[in-house]
Amino acid sequence: MSELIKQQSGRKLAVLAAIWTALVLAPFWMPLVGGYTALGTRVLVLGLAAMAVNFLLGFTGVLSFGHAAWFGIGAYGCGMILKFIALSTPLGILAGTLAGGLAGAVLGALIVRRRGVYFAMVTIAFGQVFYYIAFQWSSVTGGDDGLRPFYRQPLHLGVATLDILNNAVAFYYFVLVCFVLAVAAMAFILRSPFGRTMLAIRENELRARFLGIPVELHIWIAFTLSCFFMAYAGSLYALVNNFADPRGLHYSQSGDFVMMAVMGGMRSFWGPLLGAVIFVVFQDYVSSVTINWQIFIGFLFVLVVLFFPGGILGAIPRRAAS
Amino acid sequence: MSLLQVKNVSKHFGSLIAVNDVSMTVEPGELRAIIGPNGAGKTTFFNLITGFFTPTSGRIIFDGEDVTALRPARRVWRGMSRTFQVTEVFPELTARENLRIATEVASGLRLRPWLSHADNENIRSRVAELLDMGGLAGKADRQVGELAHGDQRAAEIMMALALKPRLLLLDEPTAGMGDQETYEITQLIRRLHKDSKLTIVLIEHDMRVVFHLADRIMVLDQGRFLAEGTPQEIAANEAVQTAYLGQAA
Repeated sequence: MSELIKQQSGRKLAVLAAIWTALVLAPFWMPLVGGYTALGTRVLVLGLAAMAVNFLLGFTGVLSFGHAAWFGIGAYGCGMILKFIALSTPLGILAGTLAGGLAGAVLGALIVRRRGVYFAMVTIAFGQVFYYIAFQWSSVTGGDDGLRPFYRQPLHLGVATLDILNNAVAFYYFVLVCFVLAVAAMAFILRSPFGRTMLAIRENELRARFLGIPVELHIWIAFTLSCFFMAYAGSLYALVNNFADPRGLHYSQSGDFVMMAVMGGMRSFWGPLLGAVIFVVFQDYVSSVTINWQIFIGFLFVLVVLFFPGGILGAIPRRAAS
Repeated sequence: MSLLQVKNVSKHFGSLIAVNDVSMTVEPGELRAIIGPNGAGKTTFFNLITGFFTPTSGRIIFDGEDVTALRPARRVWRGMSRTFQVTEVFPELTARENLRIATEVASGLRLRPWLSHADNENIRSRVAELLDMGGLAGKADRQVGELAHGDQRAAEIMMALALKPRLLLLDEPTAGMGDQETYEITQLIRRLHKDSKLTIVLIEHDMRVVFHLADRIMVLDQGRFLAEGTPQEIAANEAVQTAYLGQAA
């Protein structure tokens, strides 16, 4: 038994080392395989969003199909700061994260008693409300054209200035640092007593309730945290594109995030990041061959769900997050 | 003072009367069994006590306090914990993790973002103690869903116990078990009752278990109170015999 655990934790360390090495060295190895740095940046941001969706889906057992709303609000929040208020990248991220996270907290309080399909439907409906606001309210949001122009601003670090606007590699590392902060926070929460109550609710809500866990409160906290992570990713996404797109709030975007999480592996912490890698790479390469690239990703998705119901990383033996 | 007083509770589901004007008083330290033919309303009665259902009428007094309107989690906080007829555990987590969650919740740590070293050590040793008591020490790091039925049941009882209840409610603890497993669970319950002086209410079909464990027995039949007394009194009760034989006929 202990041999097995040792073996498993050894493998876990090896996987972790591989992931971090790949991420830290991405700007150097990506061009060698025909990629480019900005592709890596997109993977990080979309992967973070998929991990935020999975924070709720995979670890609390609650499926939201409207999480693109918080992602989009984060993007618009960040963009509006840069466009209208202050030329400061950190302020943009802060404002976007707060806007999306707080909106999620309020909505979460309204819907936290719904379960399963009903919860998913309500989140779609509210998500679409935000989508139509972004789409219709042209004078503020830019409507169909999206919010532009705004530009991410160089970072002043006291001794030096990091030009993340023009230097793609510098921007990649900036996003990587942001990614590390969020992922560390997620991992930290999942290892806490509160994080274990999330697992408890996922595993058996009835049992959780009869252990004395106020299930609605805990789901609301998990939902709210997930929305904050989502809005944070959305803020970064606005910086990636120097643009905020109403389609970033659409429920099909929510579906993409869920797809990344499911494809990579809902029960694994890193699964959604892998899902995002596959998704972004497909989008980038296949879409240069055919505009119907989504057929291929759909086909891949079906294959994964049929043959690896636990997702690609879920096919590897694992230990629960504790 | 009585630990639990159930006063004239009824539960209607539409036109079906599942529990009809039943009262019960449980004294501290008592082990009370509830028996009755299938469909007697035993589990519904249980669900009224633990707050899974709200009674249509009647009151439930726990430790001198009216808990009739309280939701399940709040009853748990006041010292009521239960197991279910179909074992309810966290199947994909290990036995240790199952008990760890229960222990952390019981220690009021459920919203903590982290644990102090002292808290962590306390939880760890309490979990080890519970694993030991439930005979799960050798299987602590296996997923509960993979364990034998009897071990899953033991894990569920230990989770209920982790909450340090003043009243433990067990819904058919030996349901679906073989002789050996039944014996082990019976011994476990006996130890909890005798050694820890825990007040226990249990529903049980296996009469060997009931007569071996119970201080007093209450009999329900078709949602109504039929009889109450010591195991000897119940064994000699004609109405009870008729209810059981009538069902067998």
